[in-house]
Amino acid sequence: MLGRVLLCARPVSTTLPALTRPLTHSTPHMDPGLGGRPVETAIRTKLAGALEPEHLEVHNESHMHAVPPGSESHFRVLVVSPRFDGLSLIQRHRLVNEALREELSSCVHALAIQAKTPAQWGSNPSVAKSPPCMGGSKGDHSVDQKLTAGRE
Amino acid sequence: MNNLIRSSVRCLRASTAAYVSRQPAGHVSFTSARFLCAATDMQQTLGEMVKKDKVVVFIKGTPAQPMCGFSNAVVQILRMHGVDNYAAYNVLDDQDLRQGIKEFSNWPTIPQVYLNSEFVGGCDILLQMHQSGDLVEELNKMGIRSALVEAEKESK
Repeated sequence: MLGRVLLCARPVSTTLPALTRPLTHSTPHMDPGLGGRPVETAIRTKLAGALEPEHLEVHNESHMHAVPPGSESHFRVLVVSPRFDGLSLIQRHRLVNEALREELSSCVHALAIQAKTPAQWGSNPSVAKSPPCMGGSKGDHSVDQKLTAGRE
Repeated sequence: MNNLIRSSVRCLRASTAAYVSRQPAGHVSFTSARFLCAATDMQQTLGEMVKKDKVVVFIKGTPAQPMCGFSNAVVQILRMHGVDNYAAYNVLDDQDLRQGIKEFSNWPTIPQVYLNSEFVGGCDILLQMHQSGDLVEELNKMGIRSALVEAEKESK
């Protein structure tokens, strides 16, 4: 039933891309080593501390956006935690935002969040896929500031 | 398409300072007072903006030309549901709006979606609501009939 609700009501020139992909633990870009990824490390540490997840994935998706190579500005996180039981989506996302308040106010420009309970993860162990970049970060002064903050 | 696209609201800033801060030496800082007034005005304006329309989104770009994949996803989801009449504010046009809405919603990123004056979340949440059927239900509660409901009925 739900599959049908995803169909467009009328033809549109751009369609919503398929936004799930099979479970994968590897990140597609080159791995310079943990020391070269301070923001990713901080995100991982803070989420682990705040939410005690059973499963945690932190993906640096900066390479998918109009920012220089090696940036740590765009992330996707998947957090599976019993702390989310009984919480609405927005409450869950606010917990994640709160844990990463410092990063979000300094160097992280975009954060895609999937916040699941262990039961939800068990029945659907998939990571959503981010939509294609439309180039908005290029020439965006706010993003430039965040990239500078990330480099310092 | 009857998209009601509103260009970003120019905040009407009061020219006279209602609040004046005093530096330790007693020197009055008019610049900071103007800034404080402007920020307060923006919060008040945003409060009015999210109430004025049933569906309000703060995005990068416009529905006709989104400048961000996540903002585009919000636009596409609304389009799929046949929601044509909504207010879309382009945060790239106004840095005060861009910063103001983050403070107003206590939410660090764009896009941001308001349904019936209530903050719903960003792109991820709207997508999940769309996939689960919750969005159809929320729109229905607001008196908006999703085009996907019509499409499903026709296919039966």
